Amino acid sequence: MNRKNLTLFALVALLFIGTGFFQSWNSSLGILNMALISAIMALGVNLQWGYAGLFNVGVMGFVALGGLAVVLASAEPAPGAWNAGGMGIVLGLMLGALTIGGAILVWRGMSKGKARVLVLIGVLLAGFFAFRAVFDPAVTAIEAINPAVQGNIGGLGLPVLLAWPLGGLLAAAAAWAIGKTALGLRSDYLAIATLGIAEIVLAVMKNEDWLARGVKNVISLPRPVPYEVDLQQSPGFLAWAADWGMDPVTASSIVVKLCYAGLFGAVLVALVVLSELALKSPWGRMMRAIRDNEVAAEAMGKHVTRRHLQVFILGSAVIGVAGAMMTTLDSQLTPGTYTPLRFTFLIWVMVIVGGSGNNWGAVLGGFLIWWLWVMVEPIGLGLMSAVTAGMADGSWLKVHLQDSAAHMRLITMGLVLLLVLRFSPRGLIPEK
Amino acid sequence: MLNALVAFLNFVFVPGLAYGAQLALGALGVTLIYGILRFSNFAHGDTMAFGTMVTILATWGLQSLGISGGVLPTALIALPFGILVTALFVLGTDRLVYRFYRKQKAAPTILVIVSLGVMFVMNGLVRFIIGVEEQAFADGGRFLITAGDFKAWTGLKEGLAIRTTQGITVVTAVIVVVALFWFLGKTRTGKSMRAFSDNEDLALLSGINPERVVQVTWIIAAALATIAGVLYGLDKSFKAFTYFQLLLPIFAAAIVGGLGSPLGAIAGGFVIAFSEVTVTYAWKKVVTYLVPADMAPDGLLQLMSTDYKFAVSFAILIIVLLFMPTGLFKGKSV
Amino acid sequence: MSEPFLIGEDMTGGYGAADILHGCTLAVEKGQIAVIVGPNGAGKSTAMKAVFGMLRLRGGHVRLAGEDITALTPQARVAKGMAFVPQTHNIFTSMTVEENLEMGAFLRRDDIRGTMEQVYTLFPILKDKRHQPAGELSGGQRQQVAVGRALMTQPKVLMLDEPTAGVSPIVMDELFDRIIEVARTGISILMVEQNARQALMIADKGYVLVQGANRFTDTGAALMADPEVRRSFLGG
Repeated sequence: MNRKNLTLFALVALLFIGTGFFQSWNSSLGILNMALISAIMALGVNLQWGYAGLFNVGVMGFVALGGLAVVLASAEPAPGAWNAGGMGIVLGLMLGALTIGGAILVWRGMSKGKARVLVLIGVLLAGFFAFRAVFDPAVTAIEAINPAVQGNIGGLGLPVLLAWPLGGLLAAAAAWAIGKTALGLRSDYLAIATLGIAEIVLAVMKNEDWLARGVKNVISLPRPVPYEVDLQQSPGFLAWAADWGMDPVTASSIVVKLCYAGLFGAVLVALVVLSELALKSPWGRMMRAIRDNEVAAEAMGKHVTRRHLQVFILGSAVIGVAGAMMTTLDSQLTPGTYTPLRFTFLIWVMVIVGGSGNNWGAVLGGFLIWWLWVMVEPIGLGLMSAVTAGMADGSWLKVHLQDSAAHMRLITMGLVLLLVLRFSPRGLIPEK
Repeated sequence: MLNALVAFLNFVFVPGLAYGAQLALGALGVTLIYGILRFSNFAHGDTMAFGTMVTILATWGLQSLGISGGVLPTALIALPFGILVTALFVLGTDRLVYRFYRKQKAAPTILVIVSLGVMFVMNGLVRFIIGVEEQAFADGGRFLITAGDFKAWTGLKEGLAIRTTQGITVVTAVIVVVALFWFLGKTRTGKSMRAFSDNEDLALLSGINPERVVQVTWIIAAALATIAGVLYGLDKSFKAFTYFQLLLPIFAAAIVGGLGSPLGAIAGGFVIAFSEVTVTYAWKKVVTYLVPADMAPDGLLQLMSTDYKFAVSFAILIIVLLFMPTGLFKGKSV
Repeated sequence: MSEPFLIGEDMTGGYGAADILHGCTLAVEKGQIAVIVGPNGAGKSTAMKAVFGMLRLRGGHVRLAGEDITALTPQARVAKGMAFVPQTHNIFTSMTVEENLEMGAFLRRDDIRGTMEQVYTLFPILKDKRHQPAGELSGGQRQQVAVGRALMTQPKVLMLDEPTAGVSPIVMDELFDRIIEVARTGISILMVEQNARQALMIADKGYVLVQGANRFTDTGAALMADPEVRRSFLGG
């Protein structure tokens, strides 16, 4: 950390403080919490791209898996759901895994030829129908239970903080499966493969209602911090708020947000420290050596694909943790709101703008770009009212411009990305 | 038996053919850009959306002037205008954005990230100008053959309906593909594009001007994107976001066919389209006609719900990449 | 004495920080054959690329017919009447033989059929295979396509980088014969060759390069006769 970088961080801090003064501390903290989470996601992408040059555009999928972990681990258990269909689901999934495993065995074990292809198709088809036969009734049974609020398998009711590492694990498991198949591919094939995986993860989460209610959303997930209502009824808190001269409603909301910020901040600091240690370790040096010259590293006896798999899993796990944190912050899982522009490409803007290969850069990018993403809308609106001030009220252009101001943020993000790539391709805090 | 065939044609073959033609046109653009500029253009889906948007605006303009295409959709008259504006826009982005990296000989991954930036801007522009709502802009006759007419002619229980847009899609796609292959195979500029794609250094040694090749490529890609986008929009409807989602099947089609190979892009488009339709179609109707009445199936006989159509294109993509890394028609491997 | 038709004089330069060429001079007279030989890593190909402008020179000049072309791009040199056949990747593999030739003539706006006939007369096998993709041809035929493509610009100078690399001895002799035929039409030829002995036999002028500098320069026959050249570079 040198002077220039500290100044950059100070400037970004000023943005948040400014928002606090001029808008409200409540919204400033709201942006900050999401910025902390974004910074962690950016850290995960930076692990993959900055350390190892892996082009992962499936960030959204890992974020969503992290969110799913929260539901599975911490949501209220659904009484009867396990008895109704739990076994069927587990058996079905096992059949599915067996089918794929069997197919791989057939492919590896049999010699080339028509027989192998036929057996392979046979195994896959038989497995698929067996899977559907076991799986479908179980799903129907589960979805029939109390469909208005549940109709899913339900959670384990564990403390929500435990769901965060679980989110990381779930994402890591998915990353292992993806990495095993796709990491040998060229960089832009990997990009397209990850893009596809993310869409599939989301399609599963939207459609498999038994899992997390699909687009019907899971709401009121447990929180690791007190509820505003409880605070507002606690006499101690009311007295404390009065001491500070704050209205209890605002105070409670700020305190809750600060609690979140503390938790998220702790995770972020821990991850930054770990990432920095990893980067400076022999492992990190080797990763970068592989990134800079794969052929030479391979010739020196490094297992390039295995290292890539490692770092891909690690980065995805970090993103998964962030996804779990985000779902915790929202207290709900809403698969319908996950879009690649917001959850994949925006994170990429953060990493590129911050400085790929540099953890501090990724964190800075996370803060700066998230602030910008939120603030572009009001700024755009302001701009549009200024532009349209001279126009007659009710003219279609004026109405259209004001209505469309919300879409300014995509254009802004694209321009920011293009400008940084052009004029400062190594980002605000370049790799050392 | 005939009824089963007609049901198959009506629900699987005709929609698959139209969708395949749309994907093929999109994949052709991706594959040309890859062959000449050597990167996967993530902004292609949004280029389609942009071109379609301009065409829709022009269509509305024409309609307000009282001009219409009669039986055919007015959008076909507006199409050249859409292509022109899109081509100019794309040439502008090349001049302002991509050319810099080309001169630097930047790595393909950098160009992909740059195209993400362009994608953001184009996506934002489209939303800014036309909004996120669904826009229907198809006019003219609805059907070439209606189910009712078909039943009356043939006396079959099952009807075959072919929508005008499906017919137009297939006819336009055939014309465009023939024109493109004539251009690539017979004209001096087209041959120079193939030469450049085949061996860039040798093309330079032969005096082929790289900037001109690149410009022509962008113009063709813009035209293909606009045509594909408009056909898709006429067939389904226009919504800014669906075009972004088309990126996945389009890339899948281009890669399955072999990136850089125009013929492969077309084959890939139909492979992907027919697989998607086949896997997500509920076969109950077809099977019911085929088997004796007492054996008629209870279930829908649908392999996967339509929401998983992306998974289908994706699975094919992965299988092809693992077993035939250069695609069906030997594309470029590096 | 008048200046040679094409001369790369006192060329110094390389790809990165280190120079590969150290004051190297190459020249060829009109209608003659000049051959560059030397051990591996002597900078033979680099010297060719320098003459063709594919390498930035830190010192020295390249002149064509008295005109200084040091600053021109390779493409501009093509327009000036120079043609270059790289050692590898020297054909468009996915295009037919005829299309390869057409691409060679890309800069020309006049009728190219005459030149194409000349190429087919020089390499009759190419006429039979003119509608086949060039990538499907044998090694020797590919080299013929490569030379043919370069001839389509009607160059005054033809530069060949190891035209016989990887072809059988019979095909090599055949190729050398064709190259002599090309030179007889008044085209100057500058080529790098690994098969030093055979190449010097057809050379009007030979250059022996060692470590990026001229070691011996003489007529081909004189070099062949020089005992030191024979011992060090021609294997006795």
